[in-house]
Amino acid sequence: MSPLLLADLTVFTLGLLVGFEVISKVPATLHTPLMSGANAIHGVVLVGVMVLAATISTPVGYALLAVAAFFAAMNVAGGYVVTDRMLAMFRSRS
Amino acid sequence: MSAFDTVVHLIYLACATAFVIGLHLMNAPSTARRGNQVSAAGMGVAVLVTLAVLIEGRQINAYAAWALGLGTAGGAAAGLVAARVVRMTAMPQLVSLFNAVGGGAAALIALGERPASTQAEVTGVLDVLIGALTFSGSLIASGKLAGRVPGRPVVVPYGRFAWIGLGLVAAVLAVLVVGFGGGQAALLGAAVVALIAGVLLTLPIGGADMPVVISLLNACTGTAVAMAGFVLGSTPLIIAGALVGAAGAILTKLMADAMNRPISAIMAGGYGTGDAVAVEAGSPAAAVREITADDAAIQLAYAGRVVIVPGYGLAAAQAQHEVVALAEALTAHGVEVSYAIHPVAGRMPGHMNVLLAEANAPYEQLQDLEESNPAFPRTDVALVIGANDVTNPAARRAGNPVSGMPILDVDLARSVIVIKRSLGHGYAGIDNELYSDPRTAMLFADAKKGLNALLTGVSAYAK
Repeated sequence: MSPLLLADLTVFTLGLLVGFEVISKVPATLHTPLMSGANAIHGVVLVGVMVLAATISTPVGYALLAVAAFFAAMNVAGGYVVTDRMLAMFRSRS
Repeated sequence: MSAFDTVVHLIYLACATAFVIGLHLMNAPSTARRGNQVSAAGMGVAVLVTLAVLIEGRQINAYAAWALGLGTAGGAAAGLVAARVVRMTAMPQLVSLFNAVGGGAAALIALGERPASTQAEVTGVLDVLIGALTFSGSLIASGKLAGRVPGRPVVVPYGRFAWIGLGLVAAVLAVLVVGFGGGQAALLGAAVVALIAGVLLTLPIGGADMPVVISLLNACTGTAVAMAGFVLGSTPLIIAGALVGAAGAILTKLMADAMNRPISAIMAGGYGTGDAVAVEAGSPAAAVREITADDAAIQLAYAGRVVIVPGYGLAAAQAQHEVVALAEALTAHGVEVSYAIHPVAGRMPGHMNVLLAEANAPYEQLQDLEESNPAFPRTDVALVIGANDVTNPAARRAGNPVSGMPILDVDLARSVIVIKRSLGHGYAGIDNELYSDPRTAMLFADAKKGLNALLTGVSAYAK
């Protein structure tokens, strides 16, 4: 096992543990926005698509790249905006 | 590592930190919106930094740059429009759609990247399998929630054998990729197999089980994105994917517990229609006491404390504004009002809270199962609107389909009013003993009409 893989695995495991710890504190009332917000976070896959774009040089590759970018950007932009819309409604009466 | 690379990595680290802090701030309604904005800011910075890397490295060719730019602009526009126009009742299908495209993008990354190491091969296969499965599975789930795919469980003939077959084919393809340098063709095959598996996975699951399915698919996308991170050696993808995977896993567990069914049984499907009208009760309907809207309104107005139990029927009738108007009228009349919300009320985890929040229900009045149950014995009237199985006292006894399911102790209130269209069954398909309780009165009406009638009655009485 390469040192690189070990480092990645460590990061992944710690990420899972931090995720469990942070998310288990979220009250049931906020579970829909939580899921929607988490959904937006996995839109970080857009960064992956951008990294990949540097290695692509075939017509099929360009097509796939455009589709992947479309998917990922939709995920990011839509996810954050819809979560914000939901959370704006959660206000206390004061 | 050059100074530029170091700075880039440190900024990525800051972005990952922003995601964690953002999720952390979601633990209270007062900070949740800021949390989402912190997370979005982190995302914006991550994208900008990556853009800087692309420009600095000058590796990207013009066609790829156009494909990337046009795809991103189109996707962002589509996402923004959908997010702005969606109705809160349609939220679950949109979240499911966003989940699908996230999984799809993750799968495409592994298809596009030429594996450079064994690590990239292993994680690439996992990425393609999980991502493609999430893509098709979430699309079907979204279709079911939107009513474009039948919401009832669609049982696929020989589904189990198909599963075993697909699993074997996937394993063979994975070995081809990892062990024999099978490359793109085998990965493409794996994607097709996983797409079919996603459809087979989601079709047999009924509408009522959707909160569990959505959570599970969300966990899968997180994992797929983390795998894409392994393939590309990208830390932000690994961290973000792990965070989302954890979120999905926790919510899946909570939802399955709230329905008192093992996740495996839910995934096996064939149970849970979600639309609680089909079966007519053939048994002692005579024992049920009916009430008129006027009588019910007087009973509510006289009460000191009223607990409202909103269920699927309320969400389906989109009567969230009506119920909040009634609650406000009662509060103005001096009645203490709260909402008791079961974890699986609605169509995704916590969906009912969003609907009530949309209608401006004060956050302090929204109570979950643990908070509300001790209060029922002190409650004068429990007003149940379209919630069935989650209020059935039979759950406390062994030997029936809802046994052991955590329920709202509505039957402990001094009196109960149930608004429901008919005596139809919930998804568990059994009679609700609450309805034949002597203290229970049934108001047979559509949630929206029934609540409007109650509001009229209460307003007239309060004058």
